[in-house]
Amino acid sequence: MKNKRSLFAVPYVVWMAIFVVIPIVIMLVYSLTVTVSTETGEAMEFTLENFTGMGLYVSVFTRSFWLALIATAVCLLIGYPVSYMMAREGEGFQRVAMALIMLPMWMNFLLRTYSWMSILENNGLLNQLFRKLGVIALYNSMTGRNIEYFQMIRTPGAVVLGMVYNYLPFMILPIYSVLSKMDKSLVEAAQDLGADTVNVFRRVTLPLSLPGVLSGVTMVFVPSVSTFAISRLLGGGTSMMLGDLIENQFLGGAYNPHLGAAISMVMMVIVVICMLVMNHFGEGNEQAVML
Amino acid sequence: MSKELIRLSDCVMSYGDDIVLDHINLYINDKEFLTLLGPSGCGKTTTLRIIGGFLSPTSGDVLFDGQRINDVPPHKRLVNTVFQRYALFPHLNVFENVAFGLRMGQTVLDKDGGRHKEKVPEDEIRARVLEMLEIVNLKGYEKRPVTALSGGQQQRVAIARALVNRPKVLLLDEPLGALDMRLRKDMQQELKRIQQEMEITFVYVTHDQEEALAMSDTVVVMDGGRIQQIGTPEDIYNEPRNAFVADFIGESNIIDGVMCADGVVEIFNRKFQCLDGGFEKDEAVDVVIRPEDVDIVPEDRGQLKGTVTAVTFKGVHYDTIVDFYGFKWLIQTTDFCPVGSHIGIKIDPDGFHVMKKSKYSGMFGDYSSYSEEYDELDEEAADGDEE
Repeated sequence: MKNKRSLFAVPYVVWMAIFVVIPIVIMLVYSLTVTVSTETGEAMEFTLENFTGMGLYVSVFTRSFWLALIATAVCLLIGYPVSYMMAREGEGFQRVAMALIMLPMWMNFLLRTYSWMSILENNGLLNQLFRKLGVIALYNSMTGRNIEYFQMIRTPGAVVLGMVYNYLPFMILPIYSVLSKMDKSLVEAAQDLGADTVNVFRRVTLPLSLPGVLSGVTMVFVPSVSTFAISRLLGGGTSMMLGDLIENQFLGGAYNPHLGAAISMVMMVIVVICMLVMNHFGEGNEQAVML
Repeated sequence: MSKELIRLSDCVMSYGDDIVLDHINLYINDKEFLTLLGPSGCGKTTTLRIIGGFLSPTSGDVLFDGQRINDVPPHKRLVNTVFQRYALFPHLNVFENVAFGLRMGQTVLDKDGGRHKEKVPEDEIRARVLEMLEIVNLKGYEKRPVTALSGGQQQRVAIARALVNRPKVLLLDEPLGALDMRLRKDMQQELKRIQQEMEITFVYVTHDQEEALAMSDTVVVMDGGRIQQIGTPEDIYNEPRNAFVADFIGESNIIDGVMCADGVVEIFNRKFQCLDGGFEKDEAVDVVIRPEDVDIVPEDRGQLKGTVTAVTFKGVHYDTIVDFYGFKWLIQTTDFCPVGSHIGIKIDPDGFHVMKKSKYSGMFGDYSSYSEEYDELDEEAADGDEE
């Protein structure tokens, strides 16, 4: 330590060591071993089979990344215009919009997801509404089918909806923060130099807001990939994701912490690679928040 | 001089009851260096933004080459701006910053009065950007990120970025405000050189009267949303129209007087010879006497007699405050007169400048609170930077 002031960092370093580094090391050890029974009890033996056997779960991996990707894209498509409008409008609008975005976050996210269940269920709020409005009857007469409800819950779509709903604020906030701090005279300078509205956005506003977009994408994508509650509550059994798979290895019926650790390691590596690729697009100082 | 390029005709700018520009009439000639000069909040930046197209006047017309351009958006005007804080694009390097306008295409006026953009070929962009960087002495800096440049260099990039489009008019909004004194002087000369070399009309906004006098062909002095005076730097200094202009441009003693007849003005109940005329008989007037136009003579030979109350050494001269019958004057002289000494003064007829009374009468030109006046000047400079 170079000076006395850095002593203040000691608690943080200790905290990080105990709760980040050590668990990762434990996970690594677990993922590279297997528990075997011996005469004296149980022992751990080195093996790579946790990784080599992972081919079974390729579909879970692709589904997880695919759904997380869709959720991130939807969040970006909704979040960017909202952030853009908020940054442009007056303070009153900003305050109201910010309150509306933050309000749901004051509630536990499991509760919010449960409430989506009751909305999307086969006899839930939406289907009841559709029935009352005659939408379902209309659909039946137009297609010649005979359904009693729209299947919404227990579909991948419901999972994506849940992710978007839960993680959208994490997309909006960083983009809004970058856009609102952007020097307004840059836009005027671009107009002055002959750029119309489209070009001002494409050549100035968008490139300058990329750091916010990268942060937003990271903050939505990473939790989406590893989510387990959303997929279980809204996806039913239909769309098992990585989070569910891992949870199953530690707490569920398929108890196998070694495999769980291995899957977690692989997922972590893939996420880190994704982030590195993203950051590469951002170049130089425009780096997304990692981890 | 030459033909008229821009005209602001009866322009009013108001936000509710707040009138920012009060019936501005102004024309700007081709190839002219015109400066809008005034304290913070006088409407000079608003005027500039109306010409640039960022604001539309509440009423009145903006004409460019005889054509009404009130509704032409900034990106279609043949005008470019150097912004106060430069507003360089931080994500682009020097070359791309300067090339920005050319990549947007060149605005071309159609015969029917419309405007369209014409693409500029890549090799022409390259040639013009490099040529412009050479003019502003930034050759070899193309690849640098603009964030790595010093204030003066950023300033040059901003000027190059605007001029590379070959605008008819360059608007400059306090472009030297953020630079230190020395660099500011260098850039003043540099700007004047570029203006003359490229034969472009410059409209320059500043609160620094020295800068305005040094660079301009025409100075427009503004206060409270109104134009107080338009003229050459010499006119503005020598023949200020009212007490505000006299006080804002340089130091001046402003004294209540009475015009007895053409060429005769009375101050402190004493008649003096002057060169002004055209007033009513016995009209009350403001009389301006510049501190450097006063000669100190022995007490018995003076036209007026007073007592020295303060002396400050300023290098070239002494700022001497003299009390005449309760009214304090500033006199700039190379003769040292100690505090408390009794002196006489002599003023030549051309040292008097007589002005009609205005709403500014009695507000300026008294050096009773000398030190406060200096503080005010400092504050103003600081305000200007914040603006």
